[in-house]
Amino acid sequence: MRYLCLIYENEKAWESLPPSEAEAIMGEYFGFTEQIRGNGKFVAGEALQPTPTATTVRVRNGKISTTDGPFAETKEQLGGFYLIEAKDLNDAIQVASKIPSARVGSIEVRPVIDFSQEMEKREQEGAGASV
Amino acid sequence: MSDPIEELFRTESRRVLATLIRLLGDFDLAEEAMQEAFTTAVERWPTEGTPKNPRAWLVSTGRFKAIDQLRRRARFDASLAAVADRLGNGVTPPHELDDDRLEDDRLRLIFTCCHPALQPDAQIALTLREVCGLTTEEIARAFLTPAPTLAQRIVRAKAKIKAARIPYHIPSRAELPERLATVLHVIYLVFNEGYSASSGGSLTRLELSVEAIRLGRLLTELLPEPEAAGLLALMLLHESRRASRTTADGELVLLDDQDRSSWNRELIAEGVTLVERALRSRNFGPYTLQAAIAAVHAEAPSAADTDWAEIVGLYDVLRKADPSPVIELNRAAAVAMRDGPENGLVLIDGILARGELADYAVAHSTRAELCRRLGRTADAVDSYRRAHALTRQEAQRRFIDRKLGALLEAGDGTNHVPRH
Repeated sequence: MRYLCLIYENEKAWESLPPSEAEAIMGEYFGFTEQIRGNGKFVAGEALQPTPTATTVRVRNGKISTTDGPFAETKEQLGGFYLIEAKDLNDAIQVASKIPSARVGSIEVRPVIDFSQEMEKREQEGAGASV
Repeated sequence: MSDPIEELFRTESRRVLATLIRLLGDFDLAEEAMQEAFTTAVERWPTEGTPKNPRAWLVSTGRFKAIDQLRRRARFDASLAAVADRLGNGVTPPHELDDDRLEDDRLRLIFTCCHPALQPDAQIALTLREVCGLTTEEIARAFLTPAPTLAQRIVRAKAKIKAARIPYHIPSRAELPERLATVLHVIYLVFNEGYSASSGGSLTRLELSVEAIRLGRLLTELLPEPEAAGLLALMLLHESRRASRTTADGELVLLDDQDRSSWNRELIAEGVTLVERALRSRNFGPYTLQAAIAAVHAEAPSAADTDWAEIVGLYDVLRKADPSPVIELNRAAAVAMRDGPENGLVLIDGILARGELADYAVAHSTRAELCRRLGRTADAVDSYRRAHALTRQEAQRRFIDRKLGALLEAGDGTNHVPRH
């Protein structure tokens, strides 16, 4: 059985967190990810950029409508997700508009945070410590 | 700045900026680079002479300065080194500076600023700031918004462009209809804000209309789409009546009562030519149709001699292309002119009964006017009073006051006037 664990939190709280605390939580996240990778429970996981970067895509009467922000209606519930690779936001909007539920519900398109530099840095530091 | 460079700044700075945004991939970096390029021009051109192609010189100088700046800052912030590396050395490949590419950059800038993934308010602010070159303070004043709020709006929009990776592209054929609609909407909102301010004391804020028309011209020049021409025509035809729609002391004058000899014939001729061109394309939409209606008015010698049948016909097409209660209302007013006030009134009462325009002042003042023409004074007074309570425009409020005053003075209906 697969389960999707959705992370809800107050994104404003992140902004006001002292850097040392944010760093500590990040460290905890990297540790947790490593742990579930190790025991075979990890399938996929990403951190999302905050909601001001969100775009909502709907298709009504065959026309794509794009709006700023995460604007799912309160009568709409999360029903699934696709993690896609797209060249830019326009490309992502085109893909999102083809998801069948875009015609009746709404698709929130949110960029994923790129941790590759962060990971590299940690690996370099980590490698030094463990050898 | 010396005069020729100042002149060049006025005509070229937005083009230079548009290209620098493409080459540098960042709005703020491009803005700084553009300023630096012009500063360098002021320092060097008077002694070294003006370059053969000033535009290309400004772009490549700006790009060089930006990369130089990044490399210096990279000593303190390693992530900037990667950005500088990606941009390569300071030499701009000549093919990046072709005039055609530079023109496309202006179009890219318009489409990026009006991207539907940005907040509608931010689209307007960003377009006026980046495409038109208005300062944040000027935009804030025109929209009666505190400058810090407006600045924040622009900062957020730029942050979203970067974070969500809104591309610096002219939309593909498939995307064009939605994207063009947003651009046209932004331009029309700017125009309307300048033509009839939605709130506040001044009825017209000329500079916004001027900017909107300039944007409309630019878009028509860059993109041969009939609706872009239609929108430009619509704005020109409205603009042609600006002088006659208010009295010297700022009072509102309705279309029927305007002094048609003061209408700007040059703007009308240009608008009419554009409408005809757009209509011939057979690929037009609501803006072209509204412009066609405005053109019929513009060419009529008086309200009575207007081809009302033609106007009703155009509204029939328009309400199919773009159904909206406001269009229904305008159509009803045209029907009243063609078939008599009682026919128009039946339609307006139907629209009001549906509730969509119940809070729209113009719907009630239009109804009031038809009631007045039919001699139903009490109903007219009632509707004017409702319009009065709903409008947020000072000039419109005074206009209704005058109408009400005249009705009550005429006195034939005083016995039936309900007291409020």
